[in-house]
Amino acid sequence: MTAISCRHIISMDDLSAEDITTILDTAESFKEVNERRIKKLPTLRGRTIINLFLEPSTRTRTSFEIAAKRLSADAINMTGSSSATVKGESLRDTAQTLSAMACDLIVVRHRYAGAPQVIVECMEAHVINGGDGLHQHPTQALLDLFTIRQHAGRLEGLTVGIVGDISHSRVAGSLVPALRKVGATPVLVAPPTLLPARPDILGAEVATSLDEVLPELDISYLLRVQTERAEDMPFPSLREYARFYGMNETRLAAAKPEMLVMHPGPMNRGVEISSAVADSPRAIVLDQVNAGVAVRMAVMYLLLGGEPHGAAA
Amino acid sequence: MALLLRNGRLIDPAVGLDAICDMIVGDGRIVEIGEDLTIPEGEIIECAEKVVVPGLVDLHAHLREPGREDEETVASGTRAAAHGGFTAVCAMPNTLPVCDTGSKVRFLVERAEETGVVRVHPIGAATVGQRGETLAEIGDMAAEGAVAFSDDGRGIQSAGMMRRVMEYGMAFDAIVVSHCEEESLVRNGVVNEGAVSTRLGMPGWPAAAEEVMVDRDIRLAELTGCRLHLAHLSTAGSVALVRAAKERGAPVTAEVTPHHLFLDEDVLGPSYDTYLKMNPPLRTSSDRAALLDALLDGTIDCVATDHAPHALHEKEMEFELAPFGTTGLETALPLIITNLIEPGVLDWADVVRLMAHGPREAFGLSPVCLGSGSVADVTVIDPEAKVEVCKEWFVSKSSNSAFNGAMLLGRATEVLVEGRFALKNGKVVD
Repeated sequence: MTAISCRHIISMDDLSAEDITTILDTAESFKEVNERRIKKLPTLRGRTIINLFLEPSTRTRTSFEIAAKRLSADAINMTGSSSATVKGESLRDTAQTLSAMACDLIVVRHRYAGAPQVIVECMEAHVINGGDGLHQHPTQALLDLFTIRQHAGRLEGLTVGIVGDISHSRVAGSLVPALRKVGATPVLVAPPTLLPARPDILGAEVATSLDEVLPELDISYLLRVQTERAEDMPFPSLREYARFYGMNETRLAAAKPEMLVMHPGPMNRGVEISSAVADSPRAIVLDQVNAGVAVRMAVMYLLLGGEPHGAAA
Repeated sequence: MALLLRNGRLIDPAVGLDAICDMIVGDGRIVEIGEDLTIPEGEIIECAEKVVVPGLVDLHAHLREPGREDEETVASGTRAAAHGGFTAVCAMPNTLPVCDTGSKVRFLVERAEETGVVRVHPIGAATVGQRGETLAEIGDMAAEGAVAFSDDGRGIQSAGMMRRVMEYGMAFDAIVVSHCEEESLVRNGVVNEGAVSTRLGMPGWPAAAEEVMVDRDIRLAELTGCRLHLAHLSTAGSVALVRAAKERGAPVTAEVTPHHLFLDEDVLGPSYDTYLKMNPPLRTSSDRAALLDALLDGTIDCVATDHAPHALHEKEMEFELAPFGTTGLETALPLIITNLIEPGVLDWADVVRLMAHGPREAFGLSPVCLGSGSVADVTVIDPEAKVEVCKEWFVSKSSNSAFNGAMLLGRATEVLVEGRFALKNGKVVD
């Protein structure tokens, strides 16, 4: 019997509510390991985990690498370009090459949606989606749930405002269905230029005014604003964005006193989050990062056949 | 040598014909139609249980020659056309190089004469290099045999440029074929904008990006008087615009593809199947219903395949990188028979209207009919033949069909082009 119901974690659709609970509970036990002086378990010794990052990412890749190493797996990082024309090798060939090297689990980050599915089709190994295009980033959603549960003591019944560039965010693509599965209510807050075409399909409510929904929120989840694209900006200026959608002390004061502030990182201080809020005890951004390692240890462990919960015993 | 097609059900609404009878073909023409005909010597084809119609024409095929002969050639593409029941195909100009001068049109005409098995009517580019910036030599191309002009594959982004194409083209009775895609709205969209783009996390291609250009080009056709043909309509909104335009008497015709008629965005799922990536994208089920209504009420004049062969290694790329398009020449007729004739949505006279007369009228091609004296471009169809759509079925060099795996009913068994077999007993005749 496997500990969770799926072979791969490509999207939140792969996971049942029970799977999510199993992963979060297992991650609890690994979190404790991460607080030890010797942060290493022999659990996945002899197993090979490849982090195939075909899109630049430092934070997520590091988190997966640490997770794999703390479980004693042989973790190898592969980076490159997503584009077959640039790289000179198709994704299928890359996957088959890695398959021929007999790896056990592959974490894939890719610029285009659906790429993890290609990997699944081309190899025997378990696959974890480390973020594909605008589609999904399931381990981010799981670590967010873990962090919320840790601080709020529950998930069911919470209202989570996801604020910002939702249309260009795979984070929202996973977090919205994840919240629905655990009985929380996601509310997308953004100007329409930053919303996907059919947010109702994801199961989210929508608001264009942060100030209107703010009093309802148990969590404010702020997404990173893309500041790179100077032309073709979906809003007039960062200043205007900060005025209407940025989390600052005034807004924090208008919110529920227990409302928590989250961010998947990296933060644009002064845009979606003010420096004062980012450094306040209400912001649990670093706890998210911390949870990331434990949650990624949990999914690696569970996919590779470990028993639930008993990991750190 | 004379040829007798015996006991077929001959259908041609243009001459009010729907009867089981015989047809004699000689010297490239239909000699006689009647009952119990005989020929002193020659070949007899038994057509009992078969349907005999004027030769089918596809207004929209990508034959890829010159430039991408690995995907298709005039030789392989015309063989695929014959296999699919077509006696003629119109070749889109987005080749390498783009077919945008008279000499390039002449190349295609000569290539078709040397290597083709059905008629090839070249479509010339409307602007140089299909870049949408300067007029291509429309008169030169028309003189060499181009039957229409299009930047198909891309929309002409500037309304002013489109007006110029239409106005100038009028001097040569040009028919302008519009690929309606407003790029500032499509951007990097790859699937219909809506539920599926949201669920699968892919950039959306909104219906409005087609409709604003359909509307624009209809208005420009009314302004200039130029004959406009709208390629591969995909949305309910486009259909409504064309319907209204036709009521006003605008000089507009329109086509729909089998894949937009028989597939919608709901077939796209977590497999990210690139064979379902089209331009324009597969739309919603209600768009599909509107296209079918438009086919029935005459708003849409013809079915066209948008046959788009692609190399396997390119279609195997990530969905957002893979090229747009499906092959279509060899599945169009079986799909129409299976999905529209069998359930009784269309009758055979409609098929003749939509696949034989409609396309010829839209592009001003020489008419044919099932009547003595007509050029013998004829398609014989076995409506009961089973077709399994798979790699082995295709004569085309490419097999990137959105319908792979489908079990269909009905296919062409004979194709006569000016009285000469291009397809006989289901096999392409070289």
